Amino acid sequence: MKTVYTRPKILKEAHFHYCPGCGHSIVNRLIAEVVEEMDLRDKIICVAPAGCGMLLYNYFDIDTLESAHGRGAAVATGIKRVLPDNVVFSYQGDGDLAAIGTAEGFHAANRGEPITVIFVNNGVYGMTGGQMAPTTMLKQVTTTTPSGRNHIHAGHPVKVCEVFAVLDGTSYLERVAVNKPSAVIKAKKAIAKAFQHQIKKTGFSLVEILSPCPTNWKMGTIQACKWIDEVMVKEFPLGVIKEVK
Amino acid sequence: MKKQLMSGNAALGEAAVLSGCTCYFGYPITPQNELTEYMAKRMPEVPGGTFIQSESEIAAINMVLGASVAGARAMTSSSSPGMSLKQEGISYLAADELPAVIINMVRGGPGMGNISPAQSDYLQATRGGGHGDYRTIVLAPSSVQELADAVPVAFDLADSYRNPVIILGDGMLGQMMEPVSFDHIRQEKVYPKDYILTGAKGRPARKIHSLLFDTKLEEEHNWKLFRKYKGMEQNEVRFETFLVDDAEMVVIAYGTSARIAKGAIRRLRQENLKVGLIRPITLWPFPTNIIRETATRVKDFFVFEMSTGQLIEDVRLALEGRGHIHFYGRPGGVIPTPVELFRIVSRHYYQSQQVKK
Repeated sequence: MKTVYTRPKILKEAHFHYCPGCGHSIVNRLIAEVVEEMDLRDKIICVAPAGCGMLLYNYFDIDTLESAHGRGAAVATGIKRVLPDNVVFSYQGDGDLAAIGTAEGFHAANRGEPITVIFVNNGVYGMTGGQMAPTTMLKQVTTTTPSGRNHIHAGHPVKVCEVFAVLDGTSYLERVAVNKPSAVIKAKKAIAKAFQHQIKKTGFSLVEILSPCPTNWKMGTIQACKWIDEVMVKEFPLGVIKEVK
Repeated sequence: MKKQLMSGNAALGEAAVLSGCTCYFGYPITPQNELTEYMAKRMPEVPGGTFIQSESEIAAINMVLGASVAGARAMTSSSSPGMSLKQEGISYLAADELPAVIINMVRGGPGMGNISPAQSDYLQATRGGGHGDYRTIVLAPSSVQELADAVPVAFDLADSYRNPVIILGDGMLGQMMEPVSFDHIRQEKVYPKDYILTGAKGRPARKIHSLLFDTKLEEEHNWKLFRKYKGMEQNEVRFETFLVDDAEMVVIAYGTSARIAKGAIRRLRQENLKVGLIRPITLWPFPTNIIRETATRVKDFFVFEMSTGQLIEDVRLALEGRGHIHFYGRPGGVIPTPVELFRIVSRHYYQSQQVKK
């Protein structure tokens, strides 16, 4: 019988702790598939964040370090400088990369550190219970924007890819989503491409992934996936934002 | 022994290179910039050497953590306000059981304070400094040569205990120039690196993390660290005694103030005042026993430090109510002179003699 679908070897036999309908589990699987297909297990090092993605080391059968909240790009820099021929990526959420860790991400990008950031943007602080993130949409209701995000008090959604695109150290920046099969296929290709850029040492690479969070968006899973297309993508347009060939 | 005239900050840098340090990450802050600048020039000459002027102290300590995870000897340095920012990373280094050497050239504080020498970060250094139940070994040199000598010791202690080690100096030690020799400094021991992340080639994947949701596991992790710290307390206490044998009053001071105290004690001895010195070289673990033993014979202890009184807390704990503690402190970046201390100590000495009569 022909096997058409199986668990990637990089994913351990563990149950994800993610909520039903969460995009993290898809992103985890995509990374595992790419690591396996590119034969990177022997030389890849993962930096896990604080936030919903923090238990990555329970799922990935690859060397993994848990970083302090927001410091992933700095820690990955330290690792990569010692082991320049390894592939080093940090997995960060929107609060992690675009709020508390803005400086670390921005300057790693500006230095052109040949590392990859997998940036999961779901517009909320998931693990802490759905507070406003830097990427929360205007008018979006969260536990700390009970009347909806108002730019006068709470600023505007942060567009990480567009901000990083003006930095000369960045080599590859793409925004993708994991809300439907066609988007998932593109997301996987983007992750692979980011690792390829790192291996070619062309500079800093980042893949921003719009990811549903039905629990904190107070939506059904299908509704959450639709909301990405109908609302989020208008603020965060998909596609390659920058690629240095 | 070939000697060269160097600032304390530069001497730390050269000693680090000779001790096998290949990664230095730092952010400019006075009075330790000479070290960052020395490493900017020196690191490119070191095979595999890395220097990054980081975007912040927080980034620097996390780069140190990353380099340590990858198996390198890594170091950062700062001064008081910057050390406050590094505490997050130091807590993670301790929790993850990763070696690192961190240098603090202390300046006046709190807040911005000033850029003059002070000893007001004693409690921050000796009580962990960041969040959680942890300790760091703290070395307190008192000359440029001792700064250089402390560096290989710090790296060896960091590697053997897999724990961050702090070298606590001050702006005076960092910026003054003295003859220094590096002849004897080299990386001698090789430590097992069976925990580092290098990619899981031919072995099971490794994970390094400090998150332990299960309270029982977190508690056991805390007790495991506690046992390690107990081992440090038993094996790593370092101190110096100076003219203590016949002393009727013993000054307790470290670093720059110990050096000032020695000058004062030489004058006191010329006046036939029997004053000696116990100088903690490790501030943590603290040389409790020598102070406690000395208290069986000596009644008067004189704590002298460049702060309003931080070292004095450890002296109180060591004495457990025995003896009488005298104190003189100058905070805010003021450097007391040996003559000044001579006058203060002699006054306390005569008053104690009166009480005894």
